[in-house]
Amino acid sequence: MASPGPRRAATLDDVRSRGTLNCGVNPGLTGFAAPDASGRWEGFDVDLCRAVAATIFGDPEKVTFTPLSGETRFTALAAGEVDMLARNSTWTFSRDTDLKLDFVAVNYYDGQGFLVPKALGVASAKDLDGATVCIQTGTTTELNLADFFRVNNITYEPVPIQNDAEGRQQYLAGACDTYTTDASGLAAARSTFETPDDHIILPEIISKEPLGPAVRHGDNQWADLVRWTFYALVAAEELGITQANVEEMAAAAGDNPEINRLLGTEDELGPMMGADISPQWAVNVIKAVGNYGEVFDRHLGPNTPLGIERGLNAQWTQGGLMYAPPFR
Amino acid sequence: MSELHAQTVAQVRDTMLPPVPPPRRETGAIRWLRQNLFSGPLNIILTVLAIWLLWVALRDVVPWAWRGVWRASSLNECRAIRDQLYPEGTSAACWAVLTDRWRQLVFGFYPASQIWRPPLALVVFLLAVSPILFARLPRRLLWLTPAAPFLIFWLLWGGTIWGPVAAALGFALGVAAFLALSRARYPILALLAGILLPVLYWSFVAGPLARALAGVAPLALPAVASKDFGGFTLSIIIGLSGISLSLPLGVLLALGRRSDMLIISKASVFYIEVIRGVPLIVWLFVAQLILNYFLPRGTNFDLMLRVIIMVTLFAAAYIAEVIRGGLAALPRGQYEAGDALGLTYWQAMQLIVLPQALKISIPGIVNSFIGLFKDTTLVSIIAMFDPIRMASSIRATTAWGGIYWELYVFIGLTFWVFCFSMSRYSIWLERRLERGHR
Repeated sequence: MASPGPRRAATLDDVRSRGTLNCGVNPGLTGFAAPDASGRWEGFDVDLCRAVAATIFGDPEKVTFTPLSGETRFTALAAGEVDMLARNSTWTFSRDTDLKLDFVAVNYYDGQGFLVPKALGVASAKDLDGATVCIQTGTTTELNLADFFRVNNITYEPVPIQNDAEGRQQYLAGACDTYTTDASGLAAARSTFETPDDHIILPEIISKEPLGPAVRHGDNQWADLVRWTFYALVAAEELGITQANVEEMAAAAGDNPEINRLLGTEDELGPMMGADISPQWAVNVIKAVGNYGEVFDRHLGPNTPLGIERGLNAQWTQGGLMYAPPFR
Repeated sequence: MSELHAQTVAQVRDTMLPPVPPPRRETGAIRWLRQNLFSGPLNIILTVLAIWLLWVALRDVVPWAWRGVWRASSLNECRAIRDQLYPEGTSAACWAVLTDRWRQLVFGFYPASQIWRPPLALVVFLLAVSPILFARLPRRLLWLTPAAPFLIFWLLWGGTIWGPVAAALGFALGVAAFLALSRARYPILALLAGILLPVLYWSFVAGPLARALAGVAPLALPAVASKDFGGFTLSIIIGLSGISLSLPLGVLLALGRRSDMLIISKASVFYIEVIRGVPLIVWLFVAQLILNYFLPRGTNFDLMLRVIIMVTLFAAAYIAEVIRGGLAALPRGQYEAGDALGLTYWQAMQLIVLPQALKISIPGIVNSFIGLFKDTTLVSIIAMFDPIRMASSIRATTAWGGIYWELYVFIGLTFWVFCFSMSRYSIWLERRLERGHR
């Protein structure tokens, strides 16, 4: 499709006049987005949508979640069906340039890993010489796998599968020695096994899968708004602002000028993003979903069935890659 | 006494022998088994093979389903209960996912306090079509049929009742104008008025009228957005509206394709071949994504409505071909008889051709309907929450991750019940309409 979407600029105005943010999410990915028993959407990506709604309206519930399948997600964004995409999409060169998307940030650093039964007695992916590997066909994971084995000069036998559900079944049925996909997906799969402790995820991560929210090319104001909403979550964690203490900290200007600027007690950053954005926008965001660490812990962290460690997603001060530019 | 008789006819009994029961191997279950299952070496082999296959298939499945756990709030709880009840290594179904999430599988995200509405709408639908499906029912029920679509729309989507009422009035207006002017013998004027009047009415009068009426008598149900529809409710709405709308459209297309008028027949052929030549999934993608490029900015044309329209257009092309087969099967004499009686084209079609052609086409039509109903699961690709998509999003929650068979068994059985009853009805209808010629 050569012609650009009909709705290019002024996304913020559209959202305002509609009264609700249209956010594209995964129709069902453990920990990232799924409707609960009462039909309310929950998850790591879902909370980012709520955060952006809180920035715009001061109300995290003014979101319409549009579940999008892997095949239709980018077209739906380009066609204006949704205003933003928070759907565990990997930021790649061609998606950014050729598909005319803007990935505004990375909210989750993922990477391809290997799940093996403990009984296999393997401690490193480099010991997998001659192993049978369950692999989804037609994905980047397939190419990454071939690269990894070639570089390490070992062989493998692929067992092609269609989707994650089939992969878990085949792996459990013993059709393959190891199952490979994104590490977060492996953690989710492992959490559903009868005896999760009999399986381990190998330490090697063989690819880069930076997942992030995306918007259409051509509306920089809108891209900025989504980007800085996300960084407000990251900065809040770094600065020790939590869902519990944000009201107290925002009540009056404190000693830390960065906190004051973020929470709107000093300077007014909000209106710089858009005319009607409240100076207390970040307070609304953090009140709604908590800081980045709280969002992570609630949906993915060690206390959830997924039990994913922070790893690359820790703050830069903790050896991770989460690094918010200064709020100034 | 008997001596006399014995002299004339040597061997005549004067008393009946008491009836002897037939040989045991020729009666009851044994006879049935011998005749149907063990009538020859080949059949014996096949029977034994079939029994063995059934045993292999069912020996694990039936105990698994029977032992199933019905009360639990997550898969792990299910497993814990199972380990308590049965020795280690026993497999047992976890039906608890159905008791926990049946509402989503059946109604999607329809508000819990309102879930009486979709079943009621289904009842209204069945009542409205019953006089069409079963000739013995009182004809007075037919009065409900034209009103039913508006009533069903109101029940499902809610809002004020006056919107659908005002829209329905437009149809009534068109029909009234058409009838009045036809009676006065202005056929072209009648057609024009029948189309133009309702259009003018809908564009200028209907909206304000509905608002005014709503102000006077606020009769409304809580509104439900299309995105909240899901599960079997969604499948049934799309399936049934596709089925009931595509049949008339298909009849028109079939007649158009066989018409002598060049433009009409070419247009019908073009439509049918284009729609049939492209997979349904592509049309669904078109409905979801491409249409947006053509619509003016800011219009929000309901996705569900778009899908219903696409499914209807798609099914109509198939129905048209099925009915064309029926039309082609009629002997030419039937058409000529119509002409000889001096009937107009429409009269001949209505009284002679279509009743016979449709009767011949029943198996094909029902076949298309069953296919259409099952095809509604394709909407999961464009992320509408049909039962299949609903099952995978239930699996995406941490409570029910890793559960497969229980959900699919439930979905499969429910689809089977619907499709099987459609096929039974079709067989019944064929028998009832049987007139001795084939």
